[in-house]
Amino acid sequence: MSTAERLTSLVGTLRAHGVRIGTGETVDAAQAVEALGLADRERLREGLAATLLHGTAQRQVFDPVFDLYFPRGVGAPDETSGDRDDLRERLAKALAANDETLMARLAAEAVDGFGGYGNSPASDGWSSYQTLDRLRPQTLLARVRDDVRGQQGMSGFTDRLLEDELRRRIEAFRALVAAEARRRVAERRGRDEIARRAVAPTTDRVDFLFAGKDRLAELRRTVQPLARKLATRLAARRRRAARGSIDLRRTLRGSLSTGGVPMKPVLRRRRPARPELVLLCDVSGSVSGFSDFTMLLVQALHDQFSKVRVFAFVNRLDEITRLLEHGAADPEGLGARIRAEATLTGWHGSSDYGVALGEFASRYADALSPRTTVFVLGDARTNMSDPNLPAVREITERARHVYWLNPEARAQWGTGDSAAYEYAESVEMHECRNVRQLSALVGRLLPI
Amino acid sequence: MLFTSVDDVSARLAETGYLASPAVATTVFLADRLGKPLLVEGPAGVGKTELAKAVAEVARARLVRLQCYEGVDESRALYEWNHAKQLLRISAGRDETWDEARTDIFSEEFLLSRPLLTAIRGDEPTVLLIDETDKADVEVEGLLLEVLSDFQVTVPELGTITASRRPFVVLTSNASRELSEALRRRCLFLHIGFPEEELERRIVRLRVPGLDEALAKSVVRVVGALRAMDLRKVPSVAETIDWARTLLALGADHLDETVVRDSLGVLLKHQDDILKAGAKLDLDAV
Repeated sequence: MSTAERLTSLVGTLRAHGVRIGTGETVDAAQAVEALGLADRERLREGLAATLLHGTAQRQVFDPVFDLYFPRGVGAPDETSGDRDDLRERLAKALAANDETLMARLAAEAVDGFGGYGNSPASDGWSSYQTLDRLRPQTLLARVRDDVRGQQGMSGFTDRLLEDELRRRIEAFRALVAAEARRRVAERRGRDEIARRAVAPTTDRVDFLFAGKDRLAELRRTVQPLARKLATRLAARRRRAARGSIDLRRTLRGSLSTGGVPMKPVLRRRRPARPELVLLCDVSGSVSGFSDFTMLLVQALHDQFSKVRVFAFVNRLDEITRLLEHGAADPEGLGARIRAEATLTGWHGSSDYGVALGEFASRYADALSPRTTVFVLGDARTNMSDPNLPAVREITERARHVYWLNPEARAQWGTGDSAAYEYAESVEMHECRNVRQLSALVGRLLPI
Repeated sequence: MLFTSVDDVSARLAETGYLASPAVATTVFLADRLGKPLLVEGPAGVGKTELAKAVAEVARARLVRLQCYEGVDESRALYEWNHAKQLLRISAGRDETWDEARTDIFSEEFLLSRPLLTAIRGDEPTVLLIDETDKADVEVEGLLLEVLSDFQVTVPELGTITASRRPFVVLTSNASRELSEALRRRCLFLHIGFPEEELERRIVRLRVPGLDEALAKSVVRVVGALRAMDLRKVPSVAETIDWARTLLALGADHLDETVVRDSLGVLLKHQDDILKAGAKLDLDAV
């Protein structure tokens, strides 16, 4: 495979992951390769990243893809011992010294020694899970810690940082093993396929419903920057709207002083009233990641609105605005606290949209006014119970806008116990599966 | 060409007191070699603006700086006609014909050049720094496009002015607003993150020469631990250096609970963060 070919298939894979790269950038990248040469891999990596990428978030897709197309080596490592204890011994030394090149070499040896499975050509492969399961690098922690302390002595204040530092190094080693296993599999199965399938997508394209715990934590960290971006977007929209249409009556009135010729157009002034926002969030297990994220986002945007009220439900509904204000400092515990402090369930634990919406319409009708925009967050899976459409209609009549954000793919709507299409008849429903869609929707739908 | 190789970049930047990571050195080299503007993003206080200054110093170039803010416009960024002077000129030459006056008042003499035009017009080597691009309005980005892709500026009355010598352009951004795709496409992208432990230690030693090696090491390790915590605002390189200076001023020769607790305010700027970090680092254990 020539370098040009390698480069274009790398670009193709990045495009498949949603990174937008034009031909111009590919040419730039080729020039960068020419200027830098192929001798230093890390420089090549930085050079390609500089020419091909346009944002920080794309880097986490780029790095594993780069590792596959410009691998550190080919095939099995030169020296393998295959002896587990010996490998653990050397790994402990590398961790203690924080020697990254040695750790990379050990990762290669580990995958080669312990990661292989299967023996027929169609079903064999390399597994990082199996490698780590046999090697158990996390169990080295206590030993390495004692080793380092033995060498350096209990060195006062910074000694307490040691354990966390070692934990991060072990985490780095696990990532190295995963990358190495991907490389070996790619050699067996074809690079393009693995690069497209086995590399995790950027954070803003992760499905809310399938995001694991650490992915959700990662998402929560993007709340503040995202909120800042959306706030500037809203402010810009508001500014543009303020220079709105011509007020004909006042323009003609002003033209009297110039003999009826309208010299100065008078623009309609907008009242600087900020809209009110009501959020109805399904916080049952299946969609809680999505509603937590959205609640935090709205909370971070709260100074854009005169009033934000947040309600959570599973099959009963309760106001949680107060909890959320305090929750901004500790987003991780938010979900647990909502479930502990608010009355969300009646005599069973599964979600019931009909009852919850009915309860909102009857108990909290005062939250709705012609200035209110309502967002309903949930998958509209109502466990075969009555969807209570009259309550929804009542809400739409009283509020200015009602939008429903559904974290399920459109293809899933209306399947099984989903009442999505029934609700979608009276409420504008949008698919909202990841942060990218959410921020686009929030930027477009939020009232100004 | 300002630089001959990536190593040359690191070595010469280091001479001016800017220690570049491999990523920074490589990208600066490419920006110079490919003649493209460099878009630098990253958290506050990691040395984005410093980088432009260091490159200017290395190249012995003039540094032209355009500080962006909300509401910056063409007349602040590009050029402006000197209206007062034009009026004076018209009233001074009372008896000349209209054609003479018209051609004369739109000449170079009455043009006030602002940073972008200044950077393009000079003959000497120039580094153009467009600082905090994300603070400017979207319209200004449109203005930058012509300058950044062709290094030329069109003044309707005068024609197109093309750079005789391409400036080295650095744009910085804190990502408070998403820059347009068109602008990003014209630039090389560089994200400067927090430096690796070893590099940061060298930076601290360089910037705070009086600090001893062991203390510098502890300082960097504590800052690294703080960055791994989930804080509202994690300390940046600038804060690390401030803290090192504070410790030097306090006369501390090693870290202990009291010193760290008393000086944590230099590193962390929110009360919540200070409490959280205090709990994590067991500062109350004494």
